[in-house]
Amino acid sequence: MSDYAYPDSLVSTDWVAQHLTDANVRIVEVDVDTNAYNEGHVPGAYGWAWNTQLCDTIRRDILPKSHFEKLMSETGISNSTTVILYGDSNNWFAAWAVWEMKMYGHSDVRIMNGGRKKWLAEGREVATETPAPGSAKYDATGPDNSLRAFLDQVMAAYEGRSHQMVDVRSPAEFTGEILAPPGLPETCQRGGHIPHARNIPWGKACNDDGTFKSADELKALYGSEGIDGAKPIIAYCRIGERSSHTWFVLKYLLGFDRVTNYDGSWTEWGNLVAVPVERGTAAAKA
Amino acid sequence: MKVENHTERRLEIAGWEVNLRTYQIGDTYHCKADNVSPGANIARSTGKTRDEAEQKAIAKATERLAATKRRAV
Repeated sequence: MSDYAYPDSLVSTDWVAQHLTDANVRIVEVDVDTNAYNEGHVPGAYGWAWNTQLCDTIRRDILPKSHFEKLMSETGISNSTTVILYGDSNNWFAAWAVWEMKMYGHSDVRIMNGGRKKWLAEGREVATETPAPGSAKYDATGPDNSLRAFLDQVMAAYEGRSHQMVDVRSPAEFTGEILAPPGLPETCQRGGHIPHARNIPWGKACNDDGTFKSADELKALYGSEGIDGAKPIIAYCRIGERSSHTWFVLKYLLGFDRVTNYDGSWTEWGNLVAVPVERGTAAAKA
Repeated sequence: MKVENHTERRLEIAGWEVNLRTYQIGDTYHCKADNVSPGANIARSTGKTRDEAEQKAIAKATERLAATKRRAV
């Protein structure tokens, strides 16, 4: 992990196993499948549900600051706590939690490389007990919107060709062949992608065991599609969670400093009236 | 408890590639089916045996994937 721009943004499963009872470390599981935590989790780990605890449940938005502070407090996280996030699907929603924590100014948040998949595959200990709620004091800053892209910024970036734009959905979603990942409900009126975006599916950043590819491999992967940080980068997907994974890769593993996550993503763009949409395979990579 | 008997395999269901991951925690087998590209979880199940858990997950995945509509591009 030492070749990454910010190697401290990752920890190994071994590291986690050695810090299960470290008082300054909080381990939190965030899964796509919100039932997974209850099956068994890293001993002592808390569980956050992305669809109820990491978003505003009234309007479509990130968690309001006061709710974020409450969540941190109840998880026993203070501003100086080292937070280790991990989850299923190669840390898909764990990366979303990292993105939110960074937006609210938490400095020491890291991902367990390989996530839940690697922990389970290694036959490690799991627990079903839920840790007692904490009561730490937490004062959030921000939100730091320099990590986030809103619709008007994405539109301006498209019109001015001022950014490198990476669509991290599957090739079939990118081309418009399907409107949602196979087996999931369709959530847009039109299929396709934002014109000029490059298609680099998020999962290509991971090895089979769920760990991130090496810095050289990642540089080659994104560089081959012109995503090299020479311009600011916008990552998007369907609802912004897969793109938070790519945001993490580009910002913390490759060290590009101007990377934003467009969390409105295709469920916003693909439902708008009279915006440009491109379909087909021109820029898709299987 | 330790996680035991972790396995992972690929198969095709309703024309889509699916990744089936199964493991045992305690007396229960857990099975997850994801859609490989992009890797979203589409079915989960439990069973007393590996086969029971996997067959339930495959049945759920089949139902969900059959509803996915492909469009001409």
